[in-house]
Amino acid sequence: MTTAAAHAHPESFLRTYVFSTDHKTIAKQYLVTGIFMGIVGGLLSYVIRMQLANPGQSIPGYGVIGPQQYNALVTMHGTIMIFWVAMPILLAALANFLIPLMIGAKDMAFPRLNMMSFWVFFLSTVVLLVSFFVPGGAAAGGWTSYPPLSGTAAYSGGQWGVTLWLLAVALEFVAFLMGGINFITTAINLRAPGMRLFDMPLMVWMQVAAAVIFLFSVGPLIAGALLLLLDRLAGTGFYAPAAGGDPILFQHLFWFFGHPEVYVILLPGFGVIAEILPVFSRKPIFGYRMIVYATIITGILSFIVWAHHQFIAGIDPRLATPFSITTILISVPVAVILFSFIATLYRGSIELASPMLFALGTLAVFLLGGVTGIHLGVAATDIYFHDTYFVVAHFHYTLIPPVAFGFFAASYFWFPKMFGRMLNERLAHVHFWLTFVFMNLTFLPQFKLGFMGHQRRIVTPTFFEALRTPEVEQLQSMATVGAVCLLLSQILFFANVAWSLRRGEKAAPNPWRANTLEWTTPSPPGHGNFDTAPVVYRGPYEYSPPGRSEDWFPQNLAPEKGAGS
Amino acid sequence: MSAPGIAIETKPLVPSGLLAVAIFVASEAIFFAALISAFVVLRAQALDWPPFDQPRLPVLVTGINTAILLLSGCTIHGALRSVRASGARLTGWLAATAVLGALFLAIQGYEWVRLVGFGLTTSSSLYGATFYALVGAHGVHVLAALVVVLVVAVRGYRGRYGAAEHTGVAMCHLYWLFVVAVWPVLYALVYLR
Repeated sequence: MTTAAAHAHPESFLRTYVFSTDHKTIAKQYLVTGIFMGIVGGLLSYVIRMQLANPGQSIPGYGVIGPQQYNALVTMHGTIMIFWVAMPILLAALANFLIPLMIGAKDMAFPRLNMMSFWVFFLSTVVLLVSFFVPGGAAAGGWTSYPPLSGTAAYSGGQWGVTLWLLAVALEFVAFLMGGINFITTAINLRAPGMRLFDMPLMVWMQVAAAVIFLFSVGPLIAGALLLLLDRLAGTGFYAPAAGGDPILFQHLFWFFGHPEVYVILLPGFGVIAEILPVFSRKPIFGYRMIVYATIITGILSFIVWAHHQFIAGIDPRLATPFSITTILISVPVAVILFSFIATLYRGSIELASPMLFALGTLAVFLLGGVTGIHLGVAATDIYFHDTYFVVAHFHYTLIPPVAFGFFAASYFWFPKMFGRMLNERLAHVHFWLTFVFMNLTFLPQFKLGFMGHQRRIVTPTFFEALRTPEVEQLQSMATVGAVCLLLSQILFFANVAWSLRRGEKAAPNPWRANTLEWTTPSPPGHGNFDTAPVVYRGPYEYSPPGRSEDWFPQNLAPEKGAGS
Repeated sequence: MSAPGIAIETKPLVPSGLLAVAIFVASEAIFFAALISAFVVLRAQALDWPPFDQPRLPVLVTGINTAILLLSGCTIHGALRSVRASGARLTGWLAATAVLGALFLAIQGYEWVRLVGFGLTTSSSLYGATFYALVGAHGVHVLAALVVVLVVAVRGYRGRYGAAEHTGVAMCHLYWLFVVAVWPVLYALVYLR
């Protein structure tokens, strides 16, 4: 093994670090942008939580917050966390970095399209950030941008906020369209010799499934956003009842995309767990094919559940029952995946390293998020819970596991591969426990608040007599303490990364003794990834195979002569 | 261990470029399906469609225009067949496609100007709004596809494609056929109803 490949292409600084077509560099660009936006989104949640615990008081570092500003902060927090953190990190960064490495390819199928994808995404990020500073402030119609709230300048605070929001989202989707097409084509056409579809690591399956779901659901949202933009700029009345339009139409177009989007984010998170659990249990994953089939079924079902977001929006009541049924149905394949993960642990030789801790934390927290989804998926209970803090708690319990925990698990697992250094394990453990505890402290009280009928999206809860009780205030304070501590705990992660990048122990090619192809490359892999093109002989999860002295069996290791099979 | 044939690149079933366009076309089809369903919903909820004070759409002229676009679907297919055979008449077929596409756009544009003159605008009624949104979205796609056809024609003229390698022509062919295939649906829904 030599690292000569790393120096084979001496190129200019601009080509190497800025306009690079190397999938690993593009992954890092997406990662850094996503993390930066994550910090922005986290700081917004700090302001929101402080206001809710101490309504009307000056917030350290921000000042007093008005209703319009509060609405803008809530809107932008949701928008940023979903579209500018979850998507770039879980999809773009992980898929870009891992798909070619895991399938034994030199790069993506379309490296230049890949570079364009990032720079369009970067442009969308700039447009979104600019919208904070335009007259009237950023978009304030909620991350779902429902008309009529978002339809006219008079309701949404200003002409520019929502218009720029729509432009930024449209640009971002163009970027992910290019990315998604690239991921799917790469996984289908560039697999190493010998790698059949069912030899692909589950991460690749999940990323491809997520890309397919995204590509097939994004059209309606683009159509809906286009009509909304025309409403604002060209004087049409698609969503204006006065002109014969229908605001509910936007909700259908939005959620036809919006619900599959949940799985677009969730599946790559599951992919991370699927890679980590077998490595730290030293066991094959339980039910590989079953997980693949369940993923596909989840993807298909995710297209026919969207109206459960609209049970009280005035849709035909006859629609409520079928959509309740499909919503409950989708929990079956998701449960199949979850229980396959749990069964993987059974009788494993479990090592609680930091990636494993975060992977297990993901399972624990997501289970609670999934279970509370049943309450919201059934029309009868949703009518009571709709638009309360129960919903807020539920979707944070479903999205934080894949997005935050999944990201941390992936970071601790693949950081050595990406940067060639190990992260500090002890600091990582402290980081996990603080994150886990404070995440629950932040969002468990919000379930209770929701039960008590506390509406979301109100700037001053104490304005309402029913919410002026000591118990409500106590729960809000608990959540705020949790949120502030949760944000502060992340300093440990950044400190760990900053320290390890320079001083961390040098990583071996395969520090976790894992099977998949990315671990056969040097850490970090050079240009072109593989010193010699790999050939695949077996599936990705053959841990502790009988009759072998080591407890792992890399995918590219040729079978010994005369060993049969 | 050295196995013979390790370094052999396996040829994929569908070339990557064509696969990418196929995936893109699928997501585009869903975009148009969403626009069409929005149109159908809005029309179903309207009291009168078209409103009595709004101009009627040019059914006959657009019908002829539909035939022009369908014909361009035949010429692009001719382009693919010729490049598969030898490549001799590729540029001619592509040029014919581009001319037909441009003619379609010109007639559409002329009719738009007339309709605006008659008082059908995006803000005059929901009828006008849906008309311009649906037909306009298609027009933008034809324009984009036209640019692609021209690029491929220039490349073909320079001899970039042959019977063995012509993925670029196949990509262009697939996208143009999609743009052509969407139109009759829109024509039937928006003009004929």
